[in-house]
Amino acid sequence: MGLAKPMEMFKGYDPGVFYDEMFGADGTVRDHCAPLLRRFAGIDQKDFLARKANSELYFLRQGITFNVYHDEQGTERIFPFDPVPRVMPADEWEQLEAGLTQRIVALNLFLHDIYHEQRILEDEVIPRFYVEHAKHYRPEFRGMDVPRDIYIHICGSDLIRGADGQYYVLEDNGRCPSGASYLLENRNALKRAFPGLFEEMGVRPVDSYPHDLLSMLHHISPRRDESPVCVLLTPGCYNSAYFEHCYLAREMGIDIVEGRDLVVVDKVVFMRTTRGLKRVDVIYRRIDDDFIDPVVFRKDSALGVPGLMNAYRAGNVALANAVGTGVADDKVMYYFVPRMIEYYLGQKPILPNVPTYLASEEKDLKFILGHLPELVVKAANESGGYGMLMGPSASKDEIEKFRELIIADPRNYIAQPVISLSRAPTWCDGAMEGRHIDLRPYIIYGEDVKIVPGGLTRVALNKGSLVVNSSQGGGSKDTWVLRH
Amino acid sequence: MLSRVANTLYWMIRFVERADNLARLIDVNQQLLLDSERLDSERLRTFWQPIILSTGDEETFSSLYDQAGSAEVIHFLTDDPRNPNSITSCIALARENARTVRDQLPDELWEELNALYLFSRSAEARRLIAVDPPRYYENIRRSAVTFLGIAASTTSRDEQWDFMELGRHLERADKTTRFLDVASYLPDGADNAQSAALHWSAILRSCGALGAFRAFERTITARGVVDFLVFSKIFPRSVRYCIERVDVSLHRISGTPRGSFQNDAEREAGRLLSDLHFGVTDDAFAMGLHGYLDALQSRFNRIGEAVFESYVLMPERFQVCPPDEFRSSSALAAWQQQQQQQ
Repeated sequence: MGLAKPMEMFKGYDPGVFYDEMFGADGTVRDHCAPLLRRFAGIDQKDFLARKANSELYFLRQGITFNVYHDEQGTERIFPFDPVPRVMPADEWEQLEAGLTQRIVALNLFLHDIYHEQRILEDEVIPRFYVEHAKHYRPEFRGMDVPRDIYIHICGSDLIRGADGQYYVLEDNGRCPSGASYLLENRNALKRAFPGLFEEMGVRPVDSYPHDLLSMLHHISPRRDESPVCVLLTPGCYNSAYFEHCYLAREMGIDIVEGRDLVVVDKVVFMRTTRGLKRVDVIYRRIDDDFIDPVVFRKDSALGVPGLMNAYRAGNVALANAVGTGVADDKVMYYFVPRMIEYYLGQKPILPNVPTYLASEEKDLKFILGHLPELVVKAANESGGYGMLMGPSASKDEIEKFRELIIADPRNYIAQPVISLSRAPTWCDGAMEGRHIDLRPYIIYGEDVKIVPGGLTRVALNKGSLVVNSSQGGGSKDTWVLRH
Repeated sequence: MLSRVANTLYWMIRFVERADNLARLIDVNQQLLLDSERLDSERLRTFWQPIILSTGDEETFSSLYDQAGSAEVIHFLTDDPRNPNSITSCIALARENARTVRDQLPDELWEELNALYLFSRSAEARRLIAVDPPRYYENIRRSAVTFLGIAASTTSRDEQWDFMELGRHLERADKTTRFLDVASYLPDGADNAQSAALHWSAILRSCGALGAFRAFERTITARGVVDFLVFSKIFPRSVRYCIERVDVSLHRISGTPRGSFQNDAEREAGRLLSDLHFGVTDDAFAMGLHGYLDALQSRFNRIGEAVFESYVLMPERFQVCPPDEFRSSSALAAWQQQQQQQ
C-alpha cells in the first residue's frame, strides 16, 4: 500500500475495530486514499485550522443553517462540516449506483401496483395487512394514474457499511428527502477552502444535481405542448430545510411558493403574481401529504392549497413526489423491498437490507422483547433520528418505555441489530479521530434514473455515537467519487 | 413576480431603511446631549421625550420603562428586543424577510444583511453600545448603506427593483417627517434662538441633510429646514423627492403613464405629489407643523395599504383572503416545523 508514514496530523490515528474508510486494519493507507493523504501532508496544522475556520465562516455568512426543533431558543445553527473528504473508488460507486437504480425501479413498480391491481398482495408476496395498515397508504388514490407512472421521483436512500466493509441499505426516504443542498454546498466550501486538494485527483463533479432535478420536473409535466411552469412548494421559512428549498429553487431558476401563493380555479393550479394569475404545471413539493390540501387531508392545515387534490386527480398538475409514496418508506415495508426486487424484476438485490425484525410477527416480537439492550428499535414512520431506541446506550427507563410502546402498537415498530457503521478520519478538537459515517445518495427518477456521484456523507461527531442526524450532533463531509 | 415576494422585498428594504434612519437619529441626539451643561433627570426627560414621541412608540416605551433617561431611551431604540421598532428588531425583521426570499436575492446582498444581523447580535455590538456608541451607529449605517448600494448595483431594473424602491422611499419620507416632528414636541421654554438652531441642525443631521442644506442656505431657521426637508425637489430624503420616486415606481410596476392612475395606490400618490409640487411652507405652518406632518404620514400609510391591496390581496380577484389563523408567528412556526424533512 501507498504511504508508509502517515503525515503529522494523522500520526497516532487509531482505526479501531471498525471498518475505516481511509486506513486498513493494520494502519496502512487504502490505495485510493493515498494521493489525498499526500496532499494533506503538504498542509501544516495552523494552515489547516485557518482554512477550516474559513469554510465555517462561509456557511455562516451564506446562512447555510438549520433550525433545531424542541430547542427553546429556536435559533439557527450551521451544519458542522468536516474538511477531510470521504473518498470512494470508481468501481465501488458503480456497484452502489446499480443497486440504488434497481431499488428505485422496484419501489416505483410496487407503488404503481398497490395503487392499481395489487398483484403483489394477491400473490401473497407481501401480507395485505401491512400495506393496508401503513400510516401513509392512501387507498383513496387507488386507480388514479400519475404522470409517466412515476411515484418516487426523488429518493434519498441511506447506506451504511458494516465492520466487514459490506454496504447495506438502512432506509429509503421517498417522501421529502432533504440534504441535497448540503451535498452541493459542501463541495463549494471545500473547493474554496482547500483548492489544492482537488487538482488532478479525478473527483467527479456533483453540480449537475439541480439540472437533473429540473429535467425530471419537466419530464412529468402534464402539458406536453408548452414549456412547463415548475414551482417548489415549501412549508415556509420556519421549516428546518428552508435554506435548502431556497437553494434548490434558485439553482433551478423556478419560483419557491408557499400554500397561500397558490390558488385552484376549475381544477387548475395558479400562482398569484403581481401581474395576476399564472398557471402552474409541476409542483416539487416539500410538504407532507397530510398538509398539502386541507379539503382532502387535515382540515386544520390552513396553509395547504385548498382544491389541489382535485387538480391533481384531474391530471392538470404533477406532484413530485406523488401522493401516497410514504407507504414505500414505511420501515416495515422496508423489510419487504428485497422481495419486491425479486417479484417485479426477477433479480437478486444488489444491495442487501440490514437484517430486520418486525414487531408484529409473533416470533420476531418475542426475540425483540428478549434482546432490547442489543437492538436498535425504530418507529415505522419517524425520521430525523426521532422515535428511536439505541439499545446498547439506552437507560433502563428508556428500554422499559419502548417495551411498552412496542407491546401497545407492534405494527409501528421494527428492530435491527446494531451495525457498527464504518468510520472515517474526522478533525475533532485538535486531533484526527475516527467517527462513524453513513451515506445518503440522491436518486432522481425522471426520463431515466440519475444519481449524482456520491451523496451526502453524514458524520456522528460525538465520540462513539452512531447517530448521524443533524438534529442530534451530526455533521457532514464532502464525498468524492473518483474517476476510473 | 409572486405577490408575496413583492411584499416581502418591500418590507425587507423598509426595515433596513428604518434601522439606518434610527441609527442616525440616536447618534445625532446622543452627541447633541454632550453639549448640554446640566443633565439632571428632568432635563434628560425633556430632551428625550420628543424623540420617543416622534417615533410613535411612546406607548410601548412607557409600558416598559419608568423613567426616560438616556440609558433607557437609547436601549429602547437601539437593542431592546421588546421594541419591535428598535434597530436590532428592524435588522432581525429585515433579515427574516430576506431569508424568506433568499432565492431571489443576489448572494452578496444576502451576505451583507446576514453579516449586519450577526453583528447586531454579537458581543462586539454590545461592547460598542456600552463604550463607543458612535462607532456602533456608524457600523449600522455603513452596513445599511452598503446593503442599499449592493442592491442598486446588482438588481435588474425590473419589478423586483421597483418594489424595493417603493418601500425605500415610502420609509424615507415617513422618517423625514418623523424627525421633523421632533421639533413640534420641543418644550416651549427651550425656545431661545440659540437652542432652537441647535435642535434644527440636529434634525438636519438626523436626515443626513446638514451639508446639502448649507449649500443652499446659510442660516438655519425653522422655515428653512421645513422647506428643505419637505419641499426640496432635489434632496434625496425630502418628502417631495421621495414621493416623486414612489410615483415613478408605482407607474413602472403597472405600466400606466404617469399623471394617470389605474389603482388606489397610484391615485393617492399622484394626489399627494401634486400637493407637494404646488405646496409651500406657509401651508405647513398655517396648519400647525405637527398636524401637517401627521397628515402626511397618514397619506403615506394609505399608499402602503393600497399597494398591498392592489398587488398582494387583490380583493377583486379573490373572495378569500390569505388565511389569518396563523397571525401569531409561533403558531405559524409550529405548523411549518411539523413538515417532516426526511
